[in-house]
Amino acid sequence: MKWSNIKYLVLRRIVQLSLLALYFMGNWYGWKVLQGDLSASLLLGKIPLSDPFAILQTLATGALLATNALVGALIIMLFYGVIGGRAFCSWVCPVNMVTDLAAWLRRKLMIDRIERKIWISRNLRYYLLVIALIVSALTGLAAFEVISPITILNRGVIFGFGAGAGLLVAIFLFDLFAVKNGWCGHLCPLGGFHSLVGKYNLFRVWHTSENCTLCMKCKTVCPEVEVLNMIGKRSEFVVGKECTNCGRCVDVCDDDALGFDLRNFLSNPKGGNQ
Amino acid sequence: MEKKAGKPQISERRRFLTDVAYSGGLGILGGLLWAGYTEKAKSSPLTLRPPAALEESEFLKTCIKCGLCAEACRNRPANIDRDTGRPRPGTLKMAKAQDDVTIGTPYFIPREVPCYMCDDIPCVTICPSGALDVAKVTNPKTGELDYKMMDMGLAVVDPNSCIAFWGLQCDACYRACPLMDEAIRLEYDQNKRTGKHAFLKPVVDMDACTGCGLCEKACVTEKPAIFVLPREVALGKPGDHYVKGWDKKDQERVGNRVGKDVTTHDERSSKAPQDYLNSGNLLGE
Repeated sequence: MKWSNIKYLVLRRIVQLSLLALYFMGNWYGWKVLQGDLSASLLLGKIPLSDPFAILQTLATGALLATNALVGALIIMLFYGVIGGRAFCSWVCPVNMVTDLAAWLRRKLMIDRIERKIWISRNLRYYLLVIALIVSALTGLAAFEVISPITILNRGVIFGFGAGAGLLVAIFLFDLFAVKNGWCGHLCPLGGFHSLVGKYNLFRVWHTSENCTLCMKCKTVCPEVEVLNMIGKRSEFVVGKECTNCGRCVDVCDDDALGFDLRNFLSNPKGGNQ
Repeated sequence: MEKKAGKPQISERRRFLTDVAYSGGLGILGGLLWAGYTEKAKSSPLTLRPPAALEESEFLKTCIKCGLCAEACRNRPANIDRDTGRPRPGTLKMAKAQDDVTIGTPYFIPREVPCYMCDDIPCVTICPSGALDVAKVTNPKTGELDYKMMDMGLAVVDPNSCIAFWGLQCDACYRACPLMDEAIRLEYDQNKRTGKHAFLKPVVDMDACTGCGLCEKACVTEKPAIFVLPREVALGKPGDHYVKGWDKKDQERVGNRVGKDVTTHDERSSKAPQDYLNSGNLLGE
């Protein structure tokens, strides 16, 4: 296996696992590098960070939040809005490792080849996002935060696992047997939120159509395959807001037809071309 | 495209309306299930929250479930084991799915690890969301943190199982209390059974008690005879009908109430009392 074929995959796992390790050390050994969890953290003991979607739900309940939480959400929004795009999902979120494993196993076991009748709209996550906010407002409790497998896995690593781990098994099985990329690609409202936040970020995958041999390896591994609609047709950026910038397509491409680049909004307001 | 004869045509308008009904219906179904679960998830009246927590329903709205309070509690300097250099279990736990507490929120179980009431109150000062409100433990006169203002709950004594109420000598809770003689004092009473001994009964002062739970931890009985409950659970409420006439403060409590018409209206109300008392058959004969 060549390094260029696993580069981004390995980098992502390193980032995901280091973040979990830092959170873990923050609780168990009092390291002040990264304390708290993915809902809200303290970076280097000073800089507040917080999950903007959790903050939005909290605001929907009518809570009066302290400035630290709001500033933290703003910092995260700025980072993903300008640089990361939807990178939270593939570079930070720990559930990504669970669903990636399910997707990989699905390919290996060739479950994809067997026809399935279960169809879910990829837009369902946006409806769930809205419903999460409505339910939060009605019940006075951030609705997604009490069922979110992301925070359950994250807190499980930091503070110890509980019965919530069952939800992660459920998501693994759902992704493996029911719907391909079911959780991350269809249901997760946090993913939907990050899609909206990161719609106009700068770092995106550029497709060079001239180099493409139409091997379709990229489409096999892509968890949001709709965003790769230009493959072999047009040289342009992968501009779909659902792209998680995971770089797996860049990894598997042996023809140098895919690679990260900076979007230039000045020469093209839509950011689609270089 | 040719349409098959006999098959009902689906117009754009019908498709649109069906789509709206479909997504609306499913959305309401999902939303109701979700709201039902969320309502259930927040009903945990026996939970003891960290110091300076907002009132429970506001706390649940505001807490972002980051666990910074629990980490600060665990890693406070006083909690580091001098021999191993590693922190002991902290007071604050983060609720898991199986706990009877809203998932991801901080709470504590005094019998396991009580709150040691740190001077610098690290759990409160680190809270990013304001669910733990520094103002609630800040002395308004000095502007400094004051652990005596903490209010996590209220210690309650069960006189049936408290052995000091039996006449045995035990003052474990009294001595464990960080606010000795303020929050718990000993009430001396004659033991008439023996005729020559005294009862030393622990009595909790409602205002001074912070609910730290050191008494519950120290209690020697198998299941603690003194235990901390959230104030809403531990305390009754006399209501506006009863007032201590000799207490100015208590009179202020009911003085501001908005009076409602409490006159009873029934069939006889239209008549003056003299009318029906002096006429008719009062005994119903």
